[in-house]
Amino acid sequence: MNDVPMVQAERVSKRFGHVEVLKGLDLEVARREVLCVIGPSGSGKSTFLRCVNHLEQIDSGRLWVDGELVGYRQKGDRIYELKESEIAAQRRDIGMVFQRFNLFPHMTATQNVMEAPCRVKGLSRRESERQAREQLERVGLAHKADNYPVQLSGGQQQRVAIARALAMEPKLMLFDEPTSALDPELVGEVLDVMKQLALDGMTMIVVTHEMGFAREVGDTLVFMDDGAVVESGPPTEVIAHPQHERTQSFLSKVL
Amino acid sequence: MTVQPRTALPQPEEIKAVPVRHPGRWVATGCVAVALAMFVNMLLTNPAFQWEFMVNNMFTPPVLTGVRTSLLLTVLAMVIGVGLGVVFAVMRLSPSPIVAGAAWAYTWFFRAVPRIVLAILFGNLGILYATFSVGFPFDQQLLGLLGFPDADARIFGVDARTIGAGFIAGLLALALSEAAYMAEIVRAGITSIDPGQTEAAQALGMSRLLTLRRIVLPQAMRVIVPPTGNETIAMLKDTALVAFVPVTNELFFQLQAIGNRTFQVFPMLVAACIWYLAMTSVLMVVQHFVERRFSRGVAGAGGAG
Ligand SMILES: Nc1ncnc2c1ncn2[C@@H]1O[C@H](COP(=O)(O)OP(=O)(O)O)[C@@H](O)[C@H]1O
Ligand SMILES: [Mg+2]
Repeated sequence: MNDVPMVQAERVSKRFGHVEVLKGLDLEVARREVLCVIGPSGSGKSTFLRCVNHLEQIDSGRLWVDGELVGYRQKGDRIYELKESEIAAQRRDIGMVFQRFNLFPHMTATQNVMEAPCRVKGLSRRESERQAREQLERVGLAHKADNYPVQLSGGQQQRVAIARALAMEPKLMLFDEPTSALDPELVGEVLDVMKQLALDGMTMIVVTHEMGFAREVGDTLVFMDDGAVVESGPPTEVIAHPQHERTQSFLSKVL
Repeated sequence: MTVQPRTALPQPEEIKAVPVRHPGRWVATGCVAVALAMFVNMLLTNPAFQWEFMVNNMFTPPVLTGVRTSLLLTVLAMVIGVGLGVVFAVMRLSPSPIVAGAAWAYTWFFRAVPRIVLAILFGNLGILYATFSVGFPFDQQLLGLLGFPDADARIFGVDARTIGAGFIAGLLALALSEAAYMAEIVRAGITSIDPGQTEAAQALGMSRLLTLRRIVLPQAMRVIVPPTGNETIAMLKDTALVAFVPVTNELFFQLQAIGNRTFQVFPMLVAACIWYLAMTSVLMVVQHFVERRFSRGVAGAGGAG
């Protein structure tokens, strides 16, 4: 099997105006690995995820997904920006799940899930609808297939959002605090879906504050602060014996 | 905190209170009733109205042609206006300052100049060009440079003084000015949509155009449709301005012509009011149904489900 890492970040930096949000971040995610990211608010976790699928453009460093530079092509020493259509093609293989779900409110659950396979991949309506219902079944929402997002609970909406991302058959899934906007009793159903996904062998980067999930499902836990990786390792170890003082003080607040 | 079980309490008896009096409302109602009676009395008794003359003359063939012309102008001007408006709105939101600036300049010009001035101006464009033609820009100059002094690359042309030219000029005056207003309305609609929607679409690999067409615009419709309905009603009324191009087979011009010819100006003005009232009322009904159609998937809207 291919041993190129799924995601590789080398000294990645990102500025917004004069504010440097990512400061030379290094990170590697292997195939089938579940990487959990924790860190204080404003440490650049979301920004990093958004760089991975080029919703944000990095200012320096290198970022590869599946051996391909994100947003650029390298020929010899020169780096060329990719065209919009090429960037869109890269994004097709990367699923993203947002904190606030971002479902399309004017479409039913099924229409949300079939939109991209139908319009982007060019599957027939019938085939994309069949697959959409399959994906909804997979996240336990077959019975809500024809409901609009407003008619669903937060947990159900987030599961539809996961199904929508999975419908493009991505090789990598990014989760940005997928349960932070949910009522406590709805968190479990979303984490269960993600856990099953991990068991199925999906490569995942999960920004989360659910330490139980990180411990149980994560292969690696990364603590980020101030735009860089402070510490990483097996979750149980990082949680039980944080090496860095900043990790210790953060964990003491969330545990 | 515990809640007391209420089953033990007897059903309380219904409240029989003396209602609050509203003397102000009664006075207002009385005033409205008196004013209405006076108005109806004037309509019926004042000889200036000439009701019979009006009814006999407000459905003559030239007037009906005028109605058709005005409706046709309204529909065409709105179709072109909305189409161009979407294009200019998207241009305004472009990352390129040249593209955004061009769209800004367009809306600036067409919103600043009154429609009646535009109508007269477009009617006189024949002074600039004897023919309106579609072809390649600067074709004569470029071909001249290449050594073909009298050649051009026009695809087709319309003589500015032919029959249809007045209609086209009036239509363009209305449509181009409408595009400027629609551009602002569409832009407000687009910017009202949560940027998370665009991000979610892009994360799925959708292109900018597809995102706009499938995700952003359908949701923006809820913001765009109500003012567009108002614009359509305003447009129907503004078709009266093309008389200044001049386009003579338009409704108001026809009614006025009858009035001037027969020295019965006032009844024909009333006829114009009645025609415009009737047509805008139909548009308002259409507007109601269109608005309902575009509120799907919104909390509280009847359309969901
Ligand atoms: N589009 C943006 N423009 C300007 N600043 C931004 C933007 N996005 C994020 N930031 C800033 O970058 C920093 C990191 O944000 P973020 O990546 O969202 O952190 P986290 O997800 O770890 O809470 C914050 O200080 C935030 O204000
Ligand atoms: Mg965040």
